[in-house]
Amino acid sequence: MPRINSPAELEEFRKDIISKRDPNKPCIAVCTGTGCLALGAGKVVAALKEEIEKQGLNTEVVDTRETGCPGFCERGPIVVIYPEEICYLQVQPDDAAEIISQTIVSKKVIERLLYVDPSNDETIARESEIPFYKNQMRHLIGNNIKIDPKSIEDYLAVGGYSALVKALIEETPEQVVQLVKDSNLRGRGGAGFPAGIKWGFAAAGKEKKKYVVVNADEGDPGAFMDRALLEGNPFGVLEGLTIGGYAIGASEGYLYVRQEYPLAVENVTLAIKQAEEYGLIGKNILGSGFDFKVTVHRGAGAFVCGEETALLASLEGKPGEPKARPPFPAVKGLFGKPTNINNVETWSNIPLILKNGPEYISSIGTENSKGTKIFSLVGKVTNTGLVEVPMGISLRDIIFKIGGGVPGGKKFKAVQTGGPSGGCIPEEHLDIKVDFDELAKVGAIMGSGGMIVMDEDTCMIDVSKYFLNFLSGESCGKCSPCREGITHMLSIITRISEGKGREGDIEFLEEIAISTKNASLCALGGSAPNPVLSTIRYFRDEYEAHIRDKRCSAFVCKDLIAYHIDPEKCKACMICSRKCPADAIDGAKKQIHVIVQEKCTKCGTCYEVCPSGFGAVTRLSGEPVPAPIPEEERTIVGKSK
Amino acid sequence: MDKGKIEKIIEKYPRDPSSLIQVLIHIQSEIRWLPKEALNMVSQKLDVPMNRIQHIITFYKAFSVVPKGRHEVHVCTGTACHVRGATRVLDAVEERTGIEPGETDQDLKFSLDTVSCVGCCALGPVVVIDGEYHGNMAPAKTEDVLKNYE
Repeated sequence: MPRINSPAELEEFRKDIISKRDPNKPCIAVCTGTGCLALGAGKVVAALKEEIEKQGLNTEVVDTRETGCPGFCERGPIVVIYPEEICYLQVQPDDAAEIISQTIVSKKVIERLLYVDPSNDETIARESEIPFYKNQMRHLIGNNIKIDPKSIEDYLAVGGYSALVKALIEETPEQVVQLVKDSNLRGRGGAGFPAGIKWGFAAAGKEKKKYVVVNADEGDPGAFMDRALLEGNPFGVLEGLTIGGYAIGASEGYLYVRQEYPLAVENVTLAIKQAEEYGLIGKNILGSGFDFKVTVHRGAGAFVCGEETALLASLEGKPGEPKARPPFPAVKGLFGKPTNINNVETWSNIPLILKNGPEYISSIGTENSKGTKIFSLVGKVTNTGLVEVPMGISLRDIIFKIGGGVPGGKKFKAVQTGGPSGGCIPEEHLDIKVDFDELAKVGAIMGSGGMIVMDEDTCMIDVSKYFLNFLSGESCGKCSPCREGITHMLSIITRISEGKGREGDIEFLEEIAISTKNASLCALGGSAPNPVLSTIRYFRDEYEAHIRDKRCSAFVCKDLIAYHIDPEKCKACMICSRKCPADAIDGAKKQIHVIVQEKCTKCGTCYEVCPSGFGAVTRLSGEPVPAPIPEEERTIVGKSK
Repeated sequence: MDKGKIEKIIEKYPRDPSSLIQVLIHIQSEIRWLPKEALNMVSQKLDVPMNRIQHIITFYKAFSVVPKGRHEVHVCTGTACHVRGATRVLDAVEERTGIEPGETDQDLKFSLDTVSCVGCCALGPVVVIDGEYHGNMAPAKTEDVLKNYE
């Protein structure tokens, strides 16, 4: 393909691509995002291609497309068949023959692969009618299943790069900045700073050399929407970045991608190469005189690099240690030059603003939070996956309407938003509107969009300990409030979880938390106490139970729990004693089993494997373990099957 | 150590101190650790003092200055995996391999590390071995999974 030199050539090329595509020709789209690949999507694609050939079909009759993540990870591997948009879930390689012969050739729907609505047991064939999708507003992630992320032609076919054309031809750089301001888009990385204002600062810089940067160091555990956007629609991010470069006067852009995301690096690197070949990145883009170059930089595994000044230091090849602001990166950023840095999802919104006008964003949402937001809904929730919703939707709608609630009949306890900087929100606040300000009011934050659902089996002290442990390993150590504050909070929480908590520990924790929050240099330390403060705020009784009664009601804190086999219920089946990794179960055939408490590592294997019909293994906390049954009473007589 | 191989890697990047992290990542992913000779070469070619290299390789988690085992086991301890019992899975893996996160066993069979989220939360708890994902892990399943690696 020769380089595209003008907007007219681009439109002609787009028309050409679309005219060659028959909208009625069947196309099998298979999600090959990281989640579905882990579930075997690669084998499904191979099996489908093999079957197409075997059944005498070819690419003239049916297309296959390997796409990015549409979000319904829980039911992967996901296959969507166009033009009917039939959505098949949990597809296995063995299903390939039937999909080709039934659905492609005979146009019949395979019932057993469809989504079954748990409310009425009816199957749903169309993707957009599945409740998980129906209740979303999928402006950013909706294209993922429609395009092959390795094909710039697919992106052009869905209207890609028309936003860049509009920016370069119809708008001045100042006007582009104004459009972003008018959209009221707030940064999706966590802090929620208005993107247009940030752009304005960098655009105002008089220096000749400036930079734009994509922050794709998505470090919050349990959050993977940025990865899905980069893997599934890298061109959308690149188009946004290029528009940003034009608007603030930067001729170079960087993508800083987390090391744990190899597929995202691969797809975005390929996308840059294709965009360069087509002249959509490089010198004199579309004849506008604007030059733009993009480089991918892989992170080396440091959570703090998600902080913008640390990220820029890392881009320069230095340790990712944050700097005091001001000066802000917009004034003195990468290599000392004005730099505008935004998160992946923020950049992905930019083409939408240019293409559809700023109202497209500003008409959705609450007063101060506009547009849609992608959340990764994970943990103890039925429909794990990525959900894109309008700002202002309630937490309850996200978790129950879209997420399908808590699985296994368990009781909802809390939802944690905002990753290690966020907080736990209990049931009583589930009806708040999800936006930047409302979440902050209840002690959590929007953050980058991680949403971890917790049920009755989750211990809130353990959750606090988990985040502190994570942060103590990730604190760069440069400023003492963060380094020491986190360490001390962790030691107190650990003490509490081990049953060595003391009166006054809760107040002490609160005091350290507030000092750490106020005195830390960057947002990592400044927000590190949030998980502690929010769990104390809503689950103080759990802290008290751990300290006073040495009881962990969720049966998580190992030092406070014990496993016990009820001699009345044990059928001496040997399953637990065979499976016990610590060899801690004394028992033989017809001999009631006994857990040797001194050897038990409390891994819970016995509890898991004991047949549900018996339910002989019980968990205890805050109460003594009953003495083992006397040796002479252990033989089961006359009960054999 | 194959000096030519290291040289080729270094040559792929601009000869500038800002390339340091990218060069080290590349070497680490090719030979799976950073031998001292390799670091000396990087120091010379990119004109970066050794103390700065030491700072980098101890600051970032991706680097190892000891050889890794034949199989790299990563137990995901992201929040979603954590609330689904990743700690107990990690305990079981430690028990079975006899090593703790950050360690490699004496036979150079397994290296164990934790990772905070690989983004397959629907599969949690997840254990990734040599890039292969094992989902819905439980302590009782670790034995069955690990025995497939020799």
